[in-house]
Amino acid sequence: MSEFQTPYPSYDVLDKWDSPSWNDQTRETVARRLDEVPKREFLTAKQWSLLEAISARLMPQPDREEPVPIVPWIDDRLNKDRRPGYRYAGMPPMREAWARGLNAIAAECTDRFGKPFEELSSEEQDTYLTDLQNGEVSDRFWGDMPVQCFFSELLLKDVLEIYYSHPVAWSEIGFGGPASPRGYVRTGFDERDPWEAEPADV
Amino acid sequence: MYERAEEVRAKDGRAPDVFREGKWVPMRCYPDDEEVDFAIVGTGAGGGTLACKLAEAGFSVVAFDAGPFWRPLEDFASDESSQGDLYWTDERISGGDDPVQLGSNNSGRGVGGSTVHYAMVALRFRPEWFQCRSELGYGRDWPVTYDEMEPYYDEAEHALKISGPVRYPWGRRRKRYPYRPHQLNASGLVLARGAEKLGIKWAPVPLATLSAPRGMAHPCVYRGFCIYGCSTNAKQSVLVTFIPRALKAGAEIRDLSMVDRVEIGKNGRATGLHYHREGAWRRQKARHVVVAGYSIETPRLLLNSACPEFPDGLANDNGIVGKHLMIHSGPGVWGRMEEEIRSYKAPPSLALTEHWNYDDNAKDFHGGYAFMSQGPLPNAWAETLAGRGLWGMALRQEMTAFNFMAGLRIVGETEPRPVNRVELADEKDDLGIPIPRVTFSLSENDKKLMEHSLGSMRAVLEAGGAQDLWDDKDSSHLLGTCRMGDDPADSVVNRDGRSWSIPNLWICDGSLFPTSGGVNPSLTIQANALRIGDRIKEMAGRGEL
Repeated sequence: MSEFQTPYPSYDVLDKWDSPSWNDQTRETVARRLDEVPKREFLTAKQWSLLEAISARLMPQPDREEPVPIVPWIDDRLNKDRRPGYRYAGMPPMREAWARGLNAIAAECTDRFGKPFEELSSEEQDTYLTDLQNGEVSDRFWGDMPVQCFFSELLLKDVLEIYYSHPVAWSEIGFGGPASPRGYVRTGFDERDPWEAEPADV
Repeated sequence: MYERAEEVRAKDGRAPDVFREGKWVPMRCYPDDEEVDFAIVGTGAGGGTLACKLAEAGFSVVAFDAGPFWRPLEDFASDESSQGDLYWTDERISGGDDPVQLGSNNSGRGVGGSTVHYAMVALRFRPEWFQCRSELGYGRDWPVTYDEMEPYYDEAEHALKISGPVRYPWGRRRKRYPYRPHQLNASGLVLARGAEKLGIKWAPVPLATLSAPRGMAHPCVYRGFCIYGCSTNAKQSVLVTFIPRALKAGAEIRDLSMVDRVEIGKNGRATGLHYHREGAWRRQKARHVVVAGYSIETPRLLLNSACPEFPDGLANDNGIVGKHLMIHSGPGVWGRMEEEIRSYKAPPSLALTEHWNYDDNAKDFHGGYAFMSQGPLPNAWAETLAGRGLWGMALRQEMTAFNFMAGLRIVGETEPRPVNRVELADEKDDLGIPIPRVTFSLSENDKKLMEHSLGSMRAVLEAGGAQDLWDDKDSSHLLGTCRMGDDPADSVVNRDGRSWSIPNLWICDGSLFPTSGGVNPSLTIQANALRIGDRIKEMAGRGEL
C-alpha cells in the first residue's frame, strides 16, 4: 500500500483556530509545535539521517511536499532527556537505548545489504523493519538489547505520538481536535455538531 | 513536545486559586521547625482527601507533593501530548513476566495526584469483596466491612457531586447519586445496545464530572480530553474539591517538594520529614507522619527511610512492605461500526456492566471484572493499532476509520501475590534517591479471568453491532504493597492505616488495599481516607494518638 486516502479531504482542524473550540493555552501549545521546530542537538548527523529514513517508512507521507516533522521532536526529547516514567527491565536508559538502537540498525544494514539503510529500496527498508519488529536480528549488532522492545516502545511509539500530535494528522482522520471552552453537544450514533469533520461522500 | 512548568506556587501565605485564572487564595504556612500535628506525603486521592479531613478536624497539617500546583483553567491545553507534565516521569524499572506500563498509564504527579488525569469513574466495591475470603472463598479479607465503609462512600460521593443513575443495578440498595447521569455518547450506546440484546444489565457510569453547575464550575461540556487535565473544572479531582477545602481549613500544601526520608528519633518514633524543595534539602518536624504516595512511591519511601532502628525500612518488620502489588488487568475488544461513533466526544467511559462482578455463576476463576465503553484520542488510538502490529501506510490508512471504531475494556481483578513487588534498585535519580524496581507477573487465575472477559466483551460488542472484532492488552491502576490488616504478622498497618511498629506513622492511599476488586479504585481510596480521618479524630478525642 503506498497511496493514502482520507475520507475528510475538505476538513482542516485549524479552521477552528479562532473559534470557541480553541482557547489561548491550546493555541500557544499548537503554535509552538507548528512554528518552533527544534534544530538538531542530540543525535549525530548520521543518526539523524538514518532516523529520517526510518520514520519515512514507519509513517510514510508521499502525499506531502513538506512532511510533518518527526525526527526534530525525537531529538528534542532526547536532548531534554524527557523520559516516559519507566523503562522495561533489560532496556538501557532512554538516551543510551536510542543511540545503541540506531547504531545497531546502521551497522546491521551495511553488513546485510552492503549499503546503509538510507540507500535501500522502500521494500528492503520495510523488510528490515519487519525483522526488527519480529526480533529477527543478529546479536552481533544488538548485544543484549531487547530489540522488539526498542522497536515498539521507543521507535514506533515516538514516531506515532509525534505524527498524531500534528493538526494535519487530526484533520486526515476526522478528529474534532481541541475542544475547550466549546466541547460537543451531539454525541449519539451518526450525530455531528456543525464544527465537526464531514466526510466527503455526505 | 512540551515544557515543564516548574515553579513553586504555594508559598508565602498563598496558594493558587484553582477556580480563577492568575488568582490566589490565602494559605496558612508553618515554619519547618514547628512541629505540626500531621505531615502528609502525597496529595492525591488518599493524602489530599485526608489532609482536608484532618484540617477540618482542627489538626495542623502540612501536605507535600512532588509535583506542581496547577490552575486547570489556564494550565491545561486541549492537547494530548502537551499533557505529559501530569504524569510521574521519574525513572522506574518495570520487569517481571508481564511488566506494567507506568507513567501516563497509572502514575500522577502534582497536587491532586492521579485524580487530575483519571477517567472519573466512581464505583463502589461489591460489599462481599471486603470479606472475599470468608464470603467468596478467595483473596483476603479486609480489616473493615462494607457496613463501616458505606457512610464514607456516601460522604465521598457527595463531596465529589457524583453524577449517576437513579437506580444503580448492582450492590446494596443505596441513596440517590447527588447529580443526574450524563447523556450517553455513541460509544456508550454500543455497550447499552449489546447488553440489552443479551439480557445483561448495564448502567450509565457514575462519574466525578459535573452534570449540573457547582459553585464556580459549570457542567461538563463533553470535550473528551478527560484522561488529560480538565480545563473547565467539571472534573471533580482532589485538586478542585478536597484541596480547596483543606486550604480553607488551615492546611498548608507544599508543591514541588520531594520527600526522600521519614525521619526516626532514638525512641523509634517518626519525628518528621526530610525533603527537597527549591534546590535545597530541608526538614519538617511533625508529631505524626502519613505516607500517601500510592503503590510505588509509598513503599519506596518506607524502604529508603531505613535507619539503625529499622534497618529493613519502616513498618517492615515482617518484610512485606512493597509486596503484593496488584494492577487491574485490562484486555479490550474493538470493532468497526456501521454508524459514526466519534468516541472522542464526552468522557471516555460513559456506560458499563458490572454483571461479572456480581454474578459468580459459570466462572472458571476467582474474582470479577467490570467493563466499560472507551474513548481513545488519536495518540492513544495509534498506539492501540500499533499494538496490533500495524505501522507504515497500513496504519496511517487504518487510522482514517477512527470515527467508526467502538471498543470495550475491563477493569479486572488480579490476585495479591508476594512475587509481585516494589523494591529499590541500585540506580539513583537526580536527587540521589534509589529508583524503584517494579516486578509484576499475571497468575493463572488472572489469565483465566482475562480470557473469560474477552468472550463476554466480544459477545456484547457483536450484539451492539460491531464487526471485524479484535482484541488487545492493557492494564490500569496500581494497588497494594502496604496492605492493612488485623494481624501484625502479615500486614503493614492496622485497620486505621497505622503502622504496627511505629505508632505515629500512618499510610493512607491505594497501597493499603489487601485485594484489588474489579472496579476503579479512586472512590474506595477516598472513602477509606475519610474513614481514617474520622478514626484519627476519635482516637485523638480519647487521647490515643
